[in-house]
Amino acid sequence: MSAAIVLAGNPNSGKTTLFNELTGARQHVGNYPGVTVEKKQGTCPTESGKLTIVDLPGTYSLTAYSLEEVVARDFLVDENPSMVVDIVDASNLERNLYLTVQFMEMGLPVTIALNMMDVADKRRIKIDIEKLSKLLDVPVVPTIARKGKGKKELLTTISSHVENKIKPLNISYGRDIDTALDKMEEMIELSGFLTAKYRARWVAIKYFENDSQITELGKKADQKIASDLERVVEKVTDHLSATLDTHPEGMIADHRYGFINSILKQGVISYAQDRNRQQISDKIDRVVTNQFLGPIIMVAIIMGLYKFTFSYSEIPIGWFESFFGWMGGVADSALSDGLLKSLVISGIIDGVGGVLGFVPLIMFMFLGIAFLEDSGYLARMAFMLDRVFRMFGLHGSSVIAFIVSGGIAGGCAVPGVMAARTLKSPKERLATLLTVPFMNCGAKLPVFALLVAAFFSENEATVMLLITLISWVGALLVARLLRSTIIKGEATPFVMELPPYRLPTIKGILIHTWERTWQYIQKAGTVILGVSIILWAMMTFPGLDQTKIQEFENQRSVITSGVSSQILDELETIQGDQLSANALTVKESLTQVDFDEAHAGLKNSIAGRIGSSLEGITKFAGFDWRTNIALVGGFAAKEVVVSTLGTAYSMGEVDPEEITSLSDKLKAADGWGPLTAFSLILFTIFYAPCFVTVVCIAKEAGSWKWAGFSVVFNTALAFGVSVLFYQIGSIVL
Amino acid sequence: MKKMNLRQMQVDQTGTITFVKADGELGRRIRDMGLIPGKEIKVQGRAPLKDPVSLRIMGFTLTLRNNEADHIEVEVK
Ligand SMILES: Nc1nc2c(ncn2[C@@H]2O[C@H](COP(=O)(O)OP(=O)(O)O)[C@@H](O)[C@H]2O)c(=O)[nH]1
Repeated sequence: MSAAIVLAGNPNSGKTTLFNELTGARQHVGNYPGVTVEKKQGTCPTESGKLTIVDLPGTYSLTAYSLEEVVARDFLVDENPSMVVDIVDASNLERNLYLTVQFMEMGLPVTIALNMMDVADKRRIKIDIEKLSKLLDVPVVPTIARKGKGKKELLTTISSHVENKIKPLNISYGRDIDTALDKMEEMIELSGFLTAKYRARWVAIKYFENDSQITELGKKADQKIASDLERVVEKVTDHLSATLDTHPEGMIADHRYGFINSILKQGVISYAQDRNRQQISDKIDRVVTNQFLGPIIMVAIIMGLYKFTFSYSEIPIGWFESFFGWMGGVADSALSDGLLKSLVISGIIDGVGGVLGFVPLIMFMFLGIAFLEDSGYLARMAFMLDRVFRMFGLHGSSVIAFIVSGGIAGGCAVPGVMAARTLKSPKERLATLLTVPFMNCGAKLPVFALLVAAFFSENEATVMLLITLISWVGALLVARLLRSTIIKGEATPFVMELPPYRLPTIKGILIHTWERTWQYIQKAGTVILGVSIILWAMMTFPGLDQTKIQEFENQRSVITSGVSSQILDELETIQGDQLSANALTVKESLTQVDFDEAHAGLKNSIAGRIGSSLEGITKFAGFDWRTNIALVGGFAAKEVVVSTLGTAYSMGEVDPEEITSLSDKLKAADGWGPLTAFSLILFTIFYAPCFVTVVCIAKEAGSWKWAGFSVVFNTALAFGVSVLFYQIGSIVL
Repeated sequence: MKKMNLRQMQVDQTGTITFVKADGELGRRIRDMGLIPGKEIKVQGRAPLKDPVSLRIMGFTLTLRNNEADHIEVEVK
């Protein structure tokens, strides 16, 4: 047994559950080469040795309709698995067998795991397993994956059938197509056309199905045979449309289902009740998707998810923060002042802390989403909201990503971007990824709070609401714009299953959550640490030259030279708040020199020079070099805008939670007024996402191109909006 | 027996599919999910904004947008 066995089946058939049962913790998650589809692989010990198991993406068919289907098909063709274990939902036999039949047509060895036997029993569906196995000519093993039942029998059956010779399935597609298929099969076999990888008859069927992947491969392999085959197909197509008003694709699907039906009708399945009668799930849906109650319940659930994610994760985030605070403290006292210390504290510890600080947030969010997804509610949300989101070229499922990112002010775009995974349609997904960073994440709030407190203190609530509205409208309009320009294309069909409601299992949810969290740590971690160090370097180097440093030293000596030695002693030994009044004044003057030095250092740093050189154009939006530096710093994390503004205004680093003094300073500062403030608010809403988000976009979109796009495009958009506002505002006011 | 478009069906109404017009990606998807002539369907409900529609077929629940349902003709009793 060398080649792997694969698990395949419809979505919601219990594939993941069975995979977890078989492999336990011996699994790891990666991606299929070049695409963002998850590839899970694991091992399972059996009597005859270790078995490698690959979990294929869940699909309804292999017609290459979605990325998942292409990936699944390519894997089956390229890797030649020794067995395809097809998970078939017994309570939904007819539709599930549609995929089974396609595996058999490809000539793959198939074993059916007939799962959800308990559900079938409950719905009083009786299945004659032996007969099914005999008629399809494949082994069938009943299982209840959720309870681990049938696992052993499944493994024994697999190992006793791997060596069997396979007789591929040939279905009759009606006289016209069958005759053509025979002819094409012969042509293909004679010329060896694509036969290195594919079964001849299967290739012929794909030509009838107008499968672009195969026809394109065909063109490359042998232009002449390809066009010969296309001619045969064309002739039959014309004939069918003239005589039966149908086309081959339709005929093939009809006959596949017909074949399945003919098997089921021979006493394989019997229903004690009407198949389409209302199940409990349908009764729940009557309430949960009701015209009036539906939206109310949905708002309640969204609020619940939001509260759950952001309130409960606060506690572990606090632990992380104190831990990294403590580490910073240790480094502070262990290392002597200088570049190394600054690198360790501001570059490395803050960087790693930044990465890990998100971990609790991501864990809680995925915990919540896994629950909603596994229970079946997420599909209902998509169902209810699709109408709204579709207008903007998005998909009903986009809502979660928007909410988590800060659709209700205070979220975070990092888990938001990752939440876009629940979207299965690639274009809608990309548009969602690129627009969720416009939402008001928790890190933008201190920036808004600062500016609103300084310039709009009379209308705080109104302005905050306005900010939320602007970000939603902006995000949706940009989504619309993207979907009609660079991510153009038809809406992905919404032909989607609403799976029955099920109580998720704790094990399933925990595995799910852990996988995603671990992926974040692994993938984002290294890059984020690197960028963090680069940003640190930009704000630190080249530093002040010797004469400048000397100047500040001189200022310090001037301050200290005039005071008595008693006060100097006091400054050395006594803590801040117990100083005498005289000592305190001296200390304050000294601190001011420190702040001035930091200010001068920042202005002279690479970031500072960028800020100054950009002043020429940013003045159209009302920003001077100080604001520019702060915005560069905001690329590390948006709340850094506040602390950097503090340094730039010679106030030392301002704690984003303590902004009163800074907002007073801004109010008094040159060039600041409500106009500048709101222009900066607009810029903060729209400009480049913080780099942790950018890294996540790259990972989720599968390419750095889109990450780069989001930095450049968003910044350009933000600048455009701010300039427009500032210029019009200057004229009007 | 009356022929109509799937979009025009009422909630809880049942019917048999007679014709599926869609081709390309949408047609493939529709057929893969079992929406083919001869199958019996029952309209289960509509989203709060009346679109999409959910229906039962072969014992499971499926959703479709109204403009996708336009491609499907049914015969109702
Ligand atoms: N009643 C029952 N539920 C099951 C069984 N197998 C899986 N489930 C549940 O069905 C849901 C979907 O299973 P999952 O493994 O996520 O499906 P996948 O989409 O095919 O990976 C989960 O809530 C499982 O707990 C089973 O045999 N019986």
